[in-house]
Amino acid sequence: MQQKGYNRRDFMQLCAAAAAAAGFGQTGLAQVVSAFEKKEKPAVVWMHFQECTCCSESFIRASHPIVADALLDVMSLNYTETLMAASGFQAEKSLKDTIEKNKGKYIVLVEGAVPTKDGGVYCMIGGKTAESILQEVSKDAAAVIAWGSCASNGCVQAAKPNPTGATPIHKLIDKPVINVPGCPPIADVMMAVVTHVLVLGQIPALDSLGRPKEFYGRRVHDTCYRRANYDAGLFVESFDDENAHKGYCLYKMGCRGPVTYNACSVVKWNEGTSYPIQSGHGCIGCSEEGFWDNGPFYQHLPHFPGFGIESTADTVGAVVGVATLAGVAAHAVVTNIRKHKVIAEVHTEDQQEDQKES
Amino acid sequence: MTRIVVDPVTRIEGHLRVEAVVENGVITDAFSSGTMIRGLEKILIGRDPRDAWAITERVCGVCTSVHALASVRAVEDAIGVSVPPTAELIRNIMMSTLYVHDHIVHFYHLHALDWVDIVNALKADPKKAAELAATFSKWDKNTTSYFTEVQRKIKQFADSGLGIFANGYWGHPAYKLPPEVNLIAVAHYLDALEWQKEIVKIHAVFGGKNPHPNYLVGGVPCSIDVDEVAAINTERLNLVAKQIAMADEFLNEVYIPDLLAVASFYKDWAKWGGGLSNYLSYGEYPTKGYAQVDSFKYPRGVVLGRDLSHVLPVNPKDSQEIKEYISSSWYDYKGDKDAGLHPWAGETDINYTGPKPPFTTLEGFEKYSFLKTPRWKENPMEVGPLARLIVGYASGRADVKEIVDSTLGKLGVPVGALFSTLGRTAARGLDAALAMGWLKEFYAELMERVKTRETSTFNGERWEPSSWPKECEGVGLVEAPRGALAHWIKIKDGKIDNYQLVVPTTWNGSPRDAKKQRSAFEASLIGTPVAKLDEPVEIIRTIHSFDPCLACSVHLYDPEGKHIHQVSFE
Repeated sequence: MQQKGYNRRDFMQLCAAAAAAAGFGQTGLAQVVSAFEKKEKPAVVWMHFQECTCCSESFIRASHPIVADALLDVMSLNYTETLMAASGFQAEKSLKDTIEKNKGKYIVLVEGAVPTKDGGVYCMIGGKTAESILQEVSKDAAAVIAWGSCASNGCVQAAKPNPTGATPIHKLIDKPVINVPGCPPIADVMMAVVTHVLVLGQIPALDSLGRPKEFYGRRVHDTCYRRANYDAGLFVESFDDENAHKGYCLYKMGCRGPVTYNACSVVKWNEGTSYPIQSGHGCIGCSEEGFWDNGPFYQHLPHFPGFGIESTADTVGAVVGVATLAGVAAHAVVTNIRKHKVIAEVHTEDQQEDQKES
Repeated sequence: MTRIVVDPVTRIEGHLRVEAVVENGVITDAFSSGTMIRGLEKILIGRDPRDAWAITERVCGVCTSVHALASVRAVEDAIGVSVPPTAELIRNIMMSTLYVHDHIVHFYHLHALDWVDIVNALKADPKKAAELAATFSKWDKNTTSYFTEVQRKIKQFADSGLGIFANGYWGHPAYKLPPEVNLIAVAHYLDALEWQKEIVKIHAVFGGKNPHPNYLVGGVPCSIDVDEVAAINTERLNLVAKQIAMADEFLNEVYIPDLLAVASFYKDWAKWGGGLSNYLSYGEYPTKGYAQVDSFKYPRGVVLGRDLSHVLPVNPKDSQEIKEYISSSWYDYKGDKDAGLHPWAGETDINYTGPKPPFTTLEGFEKYSFLKTPRWKENPMEVGPLARLIVGYASGRADVKEIVDSTLGKLGVPVGALFSTLGRTAARGLDAALAMGWLKEFYAELMERVKTRETSTFNGERWEPSSWPKECEGVGLVEAPRGALAHWIKIKDGKIDNYQLVVPTTWNGSPRDAKKQRSAFEASLIGTPVAKLDEPVEIIRTIHSFDPCLACSVHLYDPEGKHIHQVSFE
């Protein structure tokens, strides 16, 4: 789309289409666009709630651009408890000043879920509950990005029985949210989403779960280099067996690649060094809602209606089906068909979208 | 008398609040409070023990992988399986990689700004900075043009509002470095930020990703095969070797020289921040199997009262040694509220009795934290790099003694200087240097195994739950970068029946116990001078010297008290 050289009117229409698809209203969008039309570095605040800081750690692993350049040139990151110089009163001042001086123009990045049980006492910062801080900070934001599975879908603290009422942020604020799930998300995916918003000045095209299609539009399984082994019925039967050495498919070791939408097998991790499957372990599906309750991790997924190949897998060795199949429902249309059909449909879908946009 | 509140304490992992009482410019009392809880132990109940590494790994993304290791060790201890030597080497490589990464990131990105005045670096003469740097480092980037360029960037950054560096305590009288040293440190802050993404590629090679690489009960998930393209082959091993060489250079030519240069201007801080006098280390880096503790690179043990002539043994399975108290924590016990419970018999009923948010102080509340209070034989213990070095030193380990003595010599300070904020920060550097040396050893040993094709990475004898005893229990001990970490597990019918974690920051950052004994954070703040009440950089220095990790230390929760093994008093 960039290559086609869109003018401002086209750009606005495109944004409107993307925003409408994502539930972003016209008003919010105007604020986003106006924020980027000015030359100054956009103000960004990064909130931390119920999290383990793996998203912050992942973000600083970005390689293009490296995080130092992003902090010096792309954005003015005025609040992040992990890296900021100020503490206590001075830290709170940085947050307050940013919000007041940049009404409607600043970006909020949220790392962590928000506990809602018992008046919110399970996460308090500066004596205030996470929920009250989230509301205060997001009220006048131009855009909100949910980092990682915690903010996007609740992640580990929301796993059964969710003791603290951990809640993803899109359920708490009256504002559209860009969800960037994963535990953590891939560093360069995080950087790309930020860049998409801050440099292109656009809300990326999102799927029905608010995830950028750019990185969450394809299943790990469909882009995995071991996929040919799956299609051929060649499987690892035990860790470090002969088949593991040969790089056969990890489906029978519990791999969640077939139900996981993420960019791991394309972008890969740590500047393209590897991804879980390449290093011998199945995907645990860490970017899918409810993945912690879609286990045990080493039990393989049940049959996919429409796929011929699973029956072959089952005849190769003993199989115990998993009762649940979380994460598939939203994408049933795409998942329950053969690979070539997937590709064909995605083509059609893209063409339809192009027509809509023009 | 003034009560200072610092919340949020930033440049740490998690949510920490510190309240300190200051009289005549000196801290006379302190309260450390963890203000976030997630309830992971409750979530673990009933799940497959082989999945626990992944769940507990999510306790912390900064010290990523330490909980995964503690978890697989706990399960392996419970079900009775040992891992192949090659898997042990890979685990050691991943752990020593983490030590080097984590300590360098802590020094530059979480701790340096307590000592380095970034705004003052603008006054430096880049040429003088280059000349000065050449006197203590061979790092070839340290040129005049490099420091000039960094200074230009910082100037531009300062003009646009300073971003993450805004509202720091810049210009505070406690900052003592000359402008040139500030500039060198700021330049290396940026270099370290770029370098740190490199060394973790070692985790990506063996564990598929970082943060949160993959682990496996019974070994490691990757296979080594120099005849296959899809396994860990020569190309992958070369990648690891390159990263080790880069890390070795960064540690020896940047981190350690900077640490010593900065420390030499802050010798005052060898007087403050000592706090407790008891030190605990579980030991780390098994070389002949996890069960053979005497094969560890770092020994296991306790030093009491700073008595370096005695090292006491530690038994995590003895119900009388490690216990947790809740006298000052937002929990309830069914029996004696002031008794301590061993983790295998632990109760974790949350009971928040603090002020209703929003609140301004925790003053007057007997209970003031979501952290429980662990004790070893009723003694508060400091854990972390300093504790490891002290236990290693007192145990007479030659490599530990040599590096400690030579560093004390370079700084011209006595052994007693170790017991301080400065000692703690310096100890972290020495800990990283030791880990760097061992990382090279482990890699060389791995290559020997590759040569002889002794590269099995997985022991599947006890993979199937049907091969486990109906009921079993285990403990997994790890010396994480931040200190002594342990997971206690009970397994019944192939499922987790109870799971308890006692982590480094719970030891260091917990509230008072039943006897009102303070833990390390609180004890170490007492006696520290505070020059400006509204800019308490001194508090931040000492707290940061522990490298707090709050998400790790608060994770317990069981509202119904179900599934928890406990002594019943009903």
